[in-house]
Amino acid sequence: MSTQVNTQWMRTDVLIIGGGTAGTMAAIKARQANPEADVLILEKANIRRSGAIAMGMDGVNTAVIPGHSTPEQYTREVTIANDGIVNQAAVYQTGKLGFDVIQELESWGVKFQKDPQGNYDLKQVHRVGKYVLPMPEGKDLKTILTRQVKRHKARVTNRVMATRVLVRNGRAIGAVGFDVRNGDFIVIQAKAVILCTGACGRLGLPASGYLYGTYENPTNAGDGYSMAYHAGAELSNIECFQINPLIKDYNGPACAYVAGPLGAQTVNAEGYRFINCDYWSGQMMLEVWKELNSGKGPVQLKMTHLDNDTIAEIESVLWANERPSRERFHAGRGENYRTHGVEMNISEIGLCSGHSASGVWVNEKAETTVPGLYAAGDMASVPHNYMIGAFVFGRLAGENAIDYIQDLDYLEPDPDFLEAEKARIYAPLNQPNGIPHTQVEYKLRRLVNDYLQPPKVSHKMEIGLQNFVRYQETLQLMGARDPHELMRCLEVHFIRDCAEMAARASLYRRESRWGLYHYCVDYPEKNNQEWFCHVNLKKTEVGEMVLFKRPIDPYIIDVDVNREVYDVAVR
Amino acid sequence: MALINQRVDVPVIVDESKCLEKCTACIEVCPLDVLAKNPDTGKAYMKYDECWFCLPCEKECPTGAITVQIPFLLR
Ligand SMILES: Cc1cc2nc3c(=O)[nH]c(=O)nc-3n(C[C@H](O)[C@H](O)[C@H](O)COP(=O)(O)OP(=O)(O)OC[C@H]3O[C@@H](n4cnc5c(N)ncnc54)[C@H](O)[C@@H]3O)c2cc1C
Ligand code: SF4
Ligand code: SF4
Repeated sequence: MSTQVNTQWMRTDVLIIGGGTAGTMAAIKARQANPEADVLILEKANIRRSGAIAMGMDGVNTAVIPGHSTPEQYTREVTIANDGIVNQAAVYQTGKLGFDVIQELESWGVKFQKDPQGNYDLKQVHRVGKYVLPMPEGKDLKTILTRQVKRHKARVTNRVMATRVLVRNGRAIGAVGFDVRNGDFIVIQAKAVILCTGACGRLGLPASGYLYGTYENPTNAGDGYSMAYHAGAELSNIECFQINPLIKDYNGPACAYVAGPLGAQTVNAEGYRFINCDYWSGQMMLEVWKELNSGKGPVQLKMTHLDNDTIAEIESVLWANERPSRERFHAGRGENYRTHGVEMNISEIGLCSGHSASGVWVNEKAETTVPGLYAAGDMASVPHNYMIGAFVFGRLAGENAIDYIQDLDYLEPDPDFLEAEKARIYAPLNQPNGIPHTQVEYKLRRLVNDYLQPPKVSHKMEIGLQNFVRYQETLQLMGARDPHELMRCLEVHFIRDCAEMAARASLYRRESRWGLYHYCVDYPEKNNQEWFCHVNLKKTEVGEMVLFKRPIDPYIIDVDVNREVYDVAVR
Repeated sequence: MALINQRVDVPVIVDESKCLEKCTACIEVCPLDVLAKNPDTGKAYMKYDECWFCLPCEKECPTGAITVQIPFLLR
């Protein structure tokens, strides 16, 4: 089969892989920085409706707006919420540049909620400051961004999935992938590469058993985590899983960020509050876990005490933007916020720095540890970065990549590498009757649940790790009948890589931290003496996964992490 | 290896009487790329049961031919 495959070669100055939130902004900013530069977005889906904000967003979770909060306060808040394990210089960027992003989005027609005086109508969801800015009309976000990408004359190639970053002389020099519709092999040479492929949203298996019933857009299967790893880049704090409190079965946000400021409450089955802050954190998730295991669950988002107008207002936001199908989910069960609480559950695990802190290591310029390779958005290790952080780091990556490529030339890819990658990609098409990707993925993700879902137990994770390593062979059994199935098969490769990273990183950090995200039964206490550091990992020259401690850079904003402990339990 | 085809309930339903032969709007926007045209009828249908129930297909259909249900396992 692979010999008959058609190969397409492309060239661009700056290659952006993934045209979601961060990727579209990276393209726009790169073109603004240098209108002469050729910028190409490579997108697995279609940028018009791809990624986390395919249908818009209910609000901005991390808006630092002058007069309401400062970048310093924001950096403090995230430092404490993430138990001190932050590169503050990177977090600070989101605080410093976020307002610029909001103003630019507004100039493009994105609407943010304002009070009758015309001031931004910020809400408090975080523990201290007000950073949540509602977007009741946030539904057209992605179509607006797509229009700007076109206006800025960035090129877009939709329906091509990248599988590997090309590296030569230690430098990122392009990428390879394939067209998920016609199956063509695609080789792209670039002077710089920006990875913006979102979270690893398909790591654990949802309790519903439906492979795509995930919180994250399931197109994001950890592609960028795996591609960065194979390119030799460092990944950071992978053991800090993403685990969310979600609507049971539906697996979308409940969503206290929208409803909380209007009076909704997260309560136990007896109707009592057990957390004093609805901002998503590992510490909050640990309280939810304890409550569910105490006999006082299930846990619910309660709105029955609110008046009809308030509930109607909440519905008008929740039905219209980020996860509009929740309306029919509730209707199908005959449930209504006026009479029913929203039953919540603890999600399966994923990797995501947008919500927690697991990602590809980047500094405050969005540079990874591989020259010429940048990362932004959910896959880049800037804790609690959310949507505005994705925009800010997309911008930084786009601008800094333009700087970096000055006087740089293309390098030819290694032909042996291209042949080997081509063989790896197309192997499942050579055995169309091989095991379907659905079964191979189901079993892998079930093993992730069995062995990695916190509370973490070392002996269990050791068994999990053995399974994930052995799964390399299982992947060889997969068969695909068309390029679409081939895409899903290669995603299973990415998921396996992420599972191995998650197991190794969790075994390496011998303490508990970030509440439920890294709650280890064998080491139940936080240990700042030994583990006040990042846990980074990378692939060695001989292809082994190594883990090591990376010291935390001196804080630029003073926080005493031994005194200021994040605690949201109601006692 | 032996393979079988099993019946499954799929989330996306297309009202064929409303689906336009020349249109591909839903197919173009689906982030999971699970919709296709039936080559015999020219009508759209769900080819792969891999749906995020996100709704771009339904929203961008010019004739209202598409209805997305919550996948059965979640419903
Ligand atoms: C349900 C939900 C609700 C949320 N609510 C909020 C909120 O209210 N406020 C807030 O601030 N944040 C919210 N977030 C978080 C926020 O949306 C994300 O942090 C942000 O959008 C991430 O942007 P990104 O660019 O990293 O990823 P995405 O926008 O998901 O983009 C990733 C892109 O990469 C593409 N891709 C993936 N793999 C490949 C590959 N191999 N080759 C080519 N392309 C590829 C995908 O198709 C996609 O287009 C929410 C997220 C979700 C999922
Ligand atoms: S709901 Fe979303 S994933 Fe499902 S078919 Fe429509 S666009 Fe595709
Ligand atoms: S968008 Fe509507 S009319 Fe167009 S192909 Fe899809 S179902 Fe048919």
